[in-house]
Amino acid sequence: MAFFKGNTIRAGVLLSFCLVGAAGAAEVNLYTTREPGLIRPLLDAYTAKSGVTVNTVFVEKGLAERVAAEGARSSADLLMTVDIGNLIDLVDRDLAQPVRSPALEAAVPAPLRDAGGRWFALSMRARVLYADKGLADLKAATYESLADPQWKGKVCLRSGQHPYNTALIAAFLVRHGAEKTESWLRGLKANLARKAAGGDRDVARDIAADLCEVGLGNSYYVGLMRSGRGGPDQKKWGEAIKVVLPTFEGGGTHVNVSGAVVAKAAPNRDEAVKLLEYLVSDEAQALYARTDYEYPVKAGAAIDPLLADLGTLTIDTTPLAEIARNRKAASLLVDKVGFDN
Amino acid sequence: MAAARGLGWAGAAALAALLLSPVISLGLAAAGGGGELWPHLAAYVLPQAIRDTALLLAGVGLLVIGLGTGAAWLVAAFDFPGRRLLEAALLLPLAMPTYVVAYAYLDLMHPLGPLQAGLRGLLGLSSPRDLPLPDLRSLPGCILLLGFVLYPYVYLPTRALFVMQAGTLLEAARMLGAGPWRIFLRIALPLARPAVALGTGLALMEALNDVGAAEFLGVRTLTVQVYATWVNRSDLPGAAQIALVMLACVVALVGLERLARGGRGYAGNARRAAPSLRRRLSGWRGGAALALGAVPVALGFLLPAGYLAVEAWRRIGGSGVPDALGAQARNTILYASLATGVTVIVGLLVAAAPSLLGARAGRVLIRAAGLGYAMPGTVLAVGLLGPLALIDSGLFEAGFASLSVGLGTGAALVVAYALRFLTVTVGASEAGLARIPRAIPDAARMLGRGRFATLATVQLPLAWPAVLSGGLLAFVDIAKELPVTLLLRPLNVETLSTHLYGEAARGTYEDGAVAAVLIVLIGLVPVTLLLRLDRNALTRRG
Repeated sequence: MAFFKGNTIRAGVLLSFCLVGAAGAAEVNLYTTREPGLIRPLLDAYTAKSGVTVNTVFVEKGLAERVAAEGARSSADLLMTVDIGNLIDLVDRDLAQPVRSPALEAAVPAPLRDAGGRWFALSMRARVLYADKGLADLKAATYESLADPQWKGKVCLRSGQHPYNTALIAAFLVRHGAEKTESWLRGLKANLARKAAGGDRDVARDIAADLCEVGLGNSYYVGLMRSGRGGPDQKKWGEAIKVVLPTFEGGGTHVNVSGAVVAKAAPNRDEAVKLLEYLVSDEAQALYARTDYEYPVKAGAAIDPLLADLGTLTIDTTPLAEIARNRKAASLLVDKVGFDN
Repeated sequence: MAAARGLGWAGAAALAALLLSPVISLGLAAAGGGGELWPHLAAYVLPQAIRDTALLLAGVGLLVIGLGTGAAWLVAAFDFPGRRLLEAALLLPLAMPTYVVAYAYLDLMHPLGPLQAGLRGLLGLSSPRDLPLPDLRSLPGCILLLGFVLYPYVYLPTRALFVMQAGTLLEAARMLGAGPWRIFLRIALPLARPAVALGTGLALMEALNDVGAAEFLGVRTLTVQVYATWVNRSDLPGAAQIALVMLACVVALVGLERLARGGRGYAGNARRAAPSLRRRLSGWRGGAALALGAVPVALGFLLPAGYLAVEAWRRIGGSGVPDALGAQARNTILYASLATGVTVIVGLLVAAAPSLLGARAGRVLIRAAGLGYAMPGTVLAVGLLGPLALIDSGLFEAGFASLSVGLGTGAALVVAYALRFLTVTVGASEAGLARIPRAIPDAARMLGRGRFATLATVQLPLAWPAVLSGGLLAFVDIAKELPVTLLLRPLNVETLSTHLYGEAARGTYEDGAVAAVLIVLIGLVPVTLLLRLDRNALTRRG
């Protein structure tokens, strides 16, 4: 019976629990699919500077569904996500509102934001080649060449259905069309040394373990591994590979973004815009580079030496919106060739 | 009296509506799309996904039944040095989230990990290439991993049944000269079938609905396909269609199993549970029994948890205990306690529904209570978004804004946990109530007690060990729950499992090792209580 007495007390706690926090000093509510550890330093710096409290919730799958269900009474002000497809999806589902801000327009180059002000990229990451240190010159590596039979049994990749790879395949689709993309995927699949699974860091680890010789991963992982921030093991993996910025034939390196939109029903719209403007300021852009090893979107912002070591980044010119539009086709193609099987 | 019954019916109807609401909301989402996805699925996805899902379930099923019943028999039928410790230790894997085990094992088993490196050292080999071993990232790897983590779902109820119930029958068989193997296969196992079915059902649903481990190990189950369709193609209708077809299959399979089992339930003749006389094993036999029983504990818990503990120790040495960890642990315990309280009370009422509201209505309610566990957590959470928003705006219209239980409040999360894990407490309460000879509540009724009063003052005091054990199991499940927590929690609320996942998602899960160890420690408390509860019940009855 003591158990039930305990529950009466709990019921009281539950009631007090339901009380929605009353609005006090200036605050802004951020819903993000970016891991809290990655953006916390940025938000803390903003709070220290402006005195504005940033409330956050890290939601992975279903961010758009949650905001849509909350509807007009949603407390979300700013929605932050990675991958251009996920970002534009928020706009397509009518969850974003247009923002006009000279500061944002000056800081973010036109290809990295919506002309109507409904989405803004905040940082960039390149899809780069991790390769065995012993391999000869790879300077002129292309994404296309990864399907060459010379790499048979030597390629490691994460799932083809992961947004980082789907976006790359979508960019391939835009450049080369469905037929060429399918045969490229089949060639790539035939070259895999192991199942397309795990994460990008596993590519480096498996190269270090001699399971494979080349693979693709995001640029910031190189910084995270080599800096030792992921622990001594990961430092070894990062140092066991050499990193090359591959390009499309006759094009540049595939780049994806993290970005944000101001929520349509934002209760603190002005605060949301201010936070967004802070995130593209010199200070925040430098923090992106320093704490997350990402490429800043703002021209002239410093990049981390670990990232600069990778060489000069020539961004592929395929428009991000085009890539987002083709991600569904890319995902279906991954199924069709049984890439992950 | 009539008023109480009316209230009971109203409560049951509201609960049923809540239980069905995620399915209805998924149905609406599914209806919003055409069928254009299915030719693609049929041509390129389903053949492989159905095969892999079936193999995964068959493999995990065989493994959990083998390990769960074998371990239960070992500790129930034999006595050997260390038996009582083993009895408790066999439950330990319950405290481990499967995806964390997957991460830990890949670190351990990778060619660069300590096991293979050690082996190469012993053999005098320098390169991993000289020692090609099978990769954990495969279907067999995933089956083994899930089997060794999920077997306690079978072990827990089966052991209870062996110990509590079968004593007299087993004694009779032994006196008639049957050997231990024969008794196990011909008497104990058939007797334990309801418990084995219950536990296997739970374990298989965990395996089917798992995404973390499967995705990480490269196993393309149907569930993984739901996520690819939803997240990668923004095709919620298509994803809802696949999820509903899967749910229909699960419900059909559960129904078939119940049908095949006929009316046989837990009960039997339990008026007096004679503790079975265990056969003593001494000398090398006792040692062998202990070693055998320790295998699943070592593989399902000690190895991955030990690895995590070492990593956690290193982190604490390097950067200290993260500041937020205390708040995260507090949130985990607070939410798990609240939700467990709700789940236990509602579970008891649902289990008693056949006697409170009539057999047919009660059975419908019990079946509906299983829906939340029969689908992947994220799917349930997405299905609940609409209904919770509806409740929220309904209350707002009615002027209850400050008491909102809608989306993004702690209350919504508690409701979602309760819906997800209700089947766990319902099952336990059903078992507890069924062990009470019918004459006892009947006598109370004849003496003028109402149905609710009989439940609260007569049946509950008799059934509470079983009810509480369901609650403890639910607590462990909730404390390590991830997908529902991730999607539905309020702003600024992190639990241990969301923190751990945040670290894992950016590839630094070792930084979350301290949180993982804390989840395990929090899970250990109820797991230990579970055992003590069983023992007390036994000594009191015996």
